[in-house]
Amino acid sequence: MSLYFVQKFLFELNRDEGLQERYHADREAVLARYDLTEEEQAALVAPDIGLLFHLGVNGQILMHFAALHQIEWADYLQRMRDGIAEHGPVREGVYAMTGYEGVDVHTDALGQSTDGGSE
Amino acid sequence: MSLVYAGVCSHAPGITGRADQADPDVRDRFYASFHQMRADIEASGAEAIIVIAAEHFANFFMNNMPSFAIGMADSYPGPIEDSTWLGIDKFTAPGDRGLSERMITEVSQTVDVSYAEEWKFDHGIAVPLHFLTPKFDTTIIPVNINCQGPPLTPLHRAWAFGEALRRAADSVPEKIAIVGTGGISHWPATPDSGKVNEAWDRDFLDRWCRNDKDALLSYNDAEVYKDAGQGGFEIRTFITVAAAAGGATGVVHFCEPIPIFAVSCTVASYDLAAQ
Ligand SMILES: [Fe+2]
Repeated sequence: MSLYFVQKFLFELNRDEGLQERYHADREAVLARYDLTEEEQAALVAPDIGLLFHLGVNGQILMHFAALHQIEWADYLQRMRDGIAEHGPVREGVYAMTGYEGVDVHTDALGQSTDGGSE
Repeated sequence: MSLVYAGVCSHAPGITGRADQADPDVRDRFYASFHQMRADIEASGAEAIIVIAAEHFANFFMNNMPSFAIGMADSYPGPIEDSTWLGIDKFTAPGDRGLSERMITEVSQTVDVSYAEEWKFDHGIAVPLHFLTPKFDTTIIPVNINCQGPPLTPLHRAWAFGEALRRAADSVPEKIAIVGTGGISHWPATPDSGKVNEAWDRDFLDRWCRNDKDALLSYNDAEVYKDAGQGGFEIRTFITVAAAAGGATGVVHFCEPIPIFAVSCTVASYDLAAQ
């Protein structure tokens, strides 16, 4: 059930700006209210995006958690890959890694360019 | 009065949040298609838009997950995500509690639906509204179908829900538009973000345009997961709109993969007038 509470915490954190402020001020204190293993607690404090992905945290709430920590998009994807490389395949849930050549290769294959277009 | 518009579109957060990382040519053609969808909805005279989203644990969680939920409030704040990350400023979208209550009452005659007097829009609704009602001046009725994870809402129930929404739309004096949002095949929020299955998407949209109920309901979740990813579970929103269109046939206005947006970006609609 512990994975459930990791996700419950992230669900509540995502919705509640007050909780976000308390989390930023004292991560351990905020997490004490949730029934977590030491590994989960450490991953949420760090934050260790790769380990959380490996544990089976739903990708959508993990994505928001990474955004909360201002982790840039390509870095966020790489942290998930690194987590799988270090810890092994995703343990639970439907957000897994199935193999993909990556956005840059795919974009090139489509004949699209990524060299600008800022508005 | 009646249903005056039925369509579907993508809702991936990269569409607004990573706009500057996409090929400007394909991105702008996609945006133009979204703008045409807005013009079509406005031309329909719609007074309220039902937005059927596959939301992402923003309002509904595994402690109490409804198969179907409809918002019943006079306003809805959003986006729940960081504004800079999503590329959409904080907004308040107008709702209509009375209209929602009348529609929910009618839907409930055949489908057990949850109602929600609190609802913060996530990208599932906020990204489409950014294009369809950029001033947030049209009444929204938010709808959610559980597409996040098993046990998922069965496809044939999504169809029944669409029929109930059509009946409800036709039972009120207001002109109603219905828009389903989500991905077809995609693997969002995983390391494979950007991957799509173009052949699968084409086949799905062909079934959707023909409004072929048997073909649309013949998918099973294990196959969808394998061929179209966990993001493919969001076909429920498209199937609900197909049912609401009541046999009308559809047209795909835009469908091209934009990998940095994590999906084949799609805009499609049904021709209700031809019925
Ligand atoms: Fe989605």
